[in-house]
Amino acid sequence: MKEKKLMKGNEAFAEAAIRGGCSLYFGYPITPQNEIPEYMSRELHKVGGTFAQAESELAAINMAYGGALTGKHVFISSSSPGIALMQEGMSFLASAEVPLVIMNVSRGGPGVGGIQPGQGDYRQVTKGGGNGDYHVPVFAPASIQESVDIIYEAVPIADEYRNPVMVLVDGMLGQMMEPVVLPPIRRQITSEEIAQKKPWALTGHKGERTHNVVKSLRLKPDELEKHNIHLEDKYKKMKRELIRYQTDRLQGATVVFVAFGTMSRIINEAVDHLEKAGIKAGIIRPISLWPFPDQAFDEIDPCTKVIISAELSLGQMMEDIKSAVAGRFPVELIYRVGGMVPTPMEVADKTKKILEVIA
Amino acid sequence: MKKIFEYTKGMLPVSTHYCPGCTHGIAHRLVMEVLEERGLLGESIGVAPIGCSILSHNYMNVDMCESAHGRAPAVASGIRRAMPDKIVFTYQGDGDLASIGAGEIVHAAHRGEKFTTIFVNNAIYGMTGGQMAPTTLIGQKSTTGIEGRKKEISGMPLRVAEMLATIDGAVFVERVALNTPANIRKAKKAIDKAFAVQEKRLGFSFVEVLSTCPTNWGLNPVESLKWLGKNMIPYYPLGNLRSPEEVE
Ligand SMILES: Cc1ncc(C[n+]2csc(CCOP(=O)(O)OP(=O)(O)O)c2C)c(N)n1
Repeated sequence: MKEKKLMKGNEAFAEAAIRGGCSLYFGYPITPQNEIPEYMSRELHKVGGTFAQAESELAAINMAYGGALTGKHVFISSSSPGIALMQEGMSFLASAEVPLVIMNVSRGGPGVGGIQPGQGDYRQVTKGGGNGDYHVPVFAPASIQESVDIIYEAVPIADEYRNPVMVLVDGMLGQMMEPVVLPPIRRQITSEEIAQKKPWALTGHKGERTHNVVKSLRLKPDELEKHNIHLEDKYKKMKRELIRYQTDRLQGATVVFVAFGTMSRIINEAVDHLEKAGIKAGIIRPISLWPFPDQAFDEIDPCTKVIISAELSLGQMMEDIKSAVAGRFPVELIYRVGGMVPTPMEVADKTKKILEVIA
Repeated sequence: MKKIFEYTKGMLPVSTHYCPGCTHGIAHRLVMEVLEERGLLGESIGVAPIGCSILSHNYMNVDMCESAHGRAPAVASGIRRAMPDKIVFTYQGDGDLASIGAGEIVHAAHRGEKFTTIFVNNAIYGMTGGQMAPTTLIGQKSTTGIEGRKKEISGMPLRVAEMLATIDGAVFVERVALNTPANIRKAKKAIDKAFAVQEKRLGFSFVEVLSTCPTNWGLNPVESLKWLGKNMIPYYPLGNLRSPEEVE
């Protein structure tokens, strides 16, 4: 039976991971996601799982690697500066093909930045950050419900591709409360299932099979090239299978906003304001940030005058938009940063100014 | 004819990539002999470091993973939490453990993680070609200290076993050396006790193994063993620093 509850974002994210079958959590305190480790420390042992507070985010992701290479499901979380420290681990896990679900409740940067919501992690999470040719799929939900559903789904996605998967929200979603329908409890993976579905996992060979090795090092260039191409094939498959986005009111739109997460909620309201002022506006909401939903831009009405990237960062997503638009429309930017969040009216006013210049 | 010596099932029948006279091979074999004698080969999960022994998983007949530089104790902590019934160990060099991974080893010990660390101290960075390690001795030459380590510039060499022995969670701490047959026998005993501690889940167990690196020390294998005895042992005294009653 599905239950509806009023929950704080961070607690709902943690609960979704537990219900998704994750039995291990490793984390280091950082605002605005502290309720996640706190919730895990209280709740995970009740379902036979284990919580451990790591000495750093560096250690946390490496603990997660250790847990996940036994075949069990692992969930970790952090916020922007902590995610930066985890990048070495993400590259390593992608190389060693170990699944993991990572939650990023992001904040403003650069450096230690601030603790208010921000989307300045766009580039670090979509373009890597760790070394080498690898990708981590990134999903950016816009409500607590959508976050819960995506976290739940990310567990089998990570397994399927044997790769880390990230769920990115900002501090706003982590801190606010919304009604949410929690998914049913997914049974934790058993040792029999691990033996069957994850024959690569380290479980002790018991003298019954040759020893398993989970590794990243490939000293022979031809071997490493082959591995890189194998990984690239997986990334191409992700590009075919993991793209998620929503579009609204694109037909006849003079302006099309592109926005994700919290910003997309503000844009929804800005669109209403603009409509009242006689300006038709539509929205593309990328849910997968990597792979980026290029095809969404093929749905834009040729009558559209301008595309606006609306961000809590300084044009980071605009780079991907421009590449997807490929010169078909002008692309402009509306932003607030540093933890500042624009009001819908502010966005509407800025949009009118952009249209005046273009017309 | 009666067999008086048999190769351990813990080592796979392949030759290693180690340089002539390097003692990594001996250390590998001692760990594997102990696990075989304790009937634990099939129950063990090992964590290889970044360093010459990253390829130890090609030789050790147990499930193993590689880990990023210095992070082996964090990886082992994760494995331990996921697999409470298994035997878990890390095998790390002195650059990996005492430098870039100093935080991870201290906190694994501090949490009293129930795994075993074999710390191979050869007083130099082997894999990258002989740079100074935190454990490089005063006066010892390295490619980043060609006139020999100087205290004023690089500080005094780090005594890791002594440092970890101050941490409550590190219940077994011993330093051994691989320079003579007698010391090798003692080393095996210490490694055996470290795994006994883990089997009883008493806490974190740690064996520092003084080792040679003839290639980067610029000495032949025999000179290297002598150099270890003459220079390393006086600064890094052998012996047990902590041991729980249960394994005595
Ligand atoms: C993050 C990172 N920094 C540096 C290196 C380069 N590196 C590889 S092995 C190594 C030193 C290993 O020395 P040690 O731990 O003493 O082991 P040994 O090779 O002597 O057995 C270094 C610095 C790396 N692989 N990763």
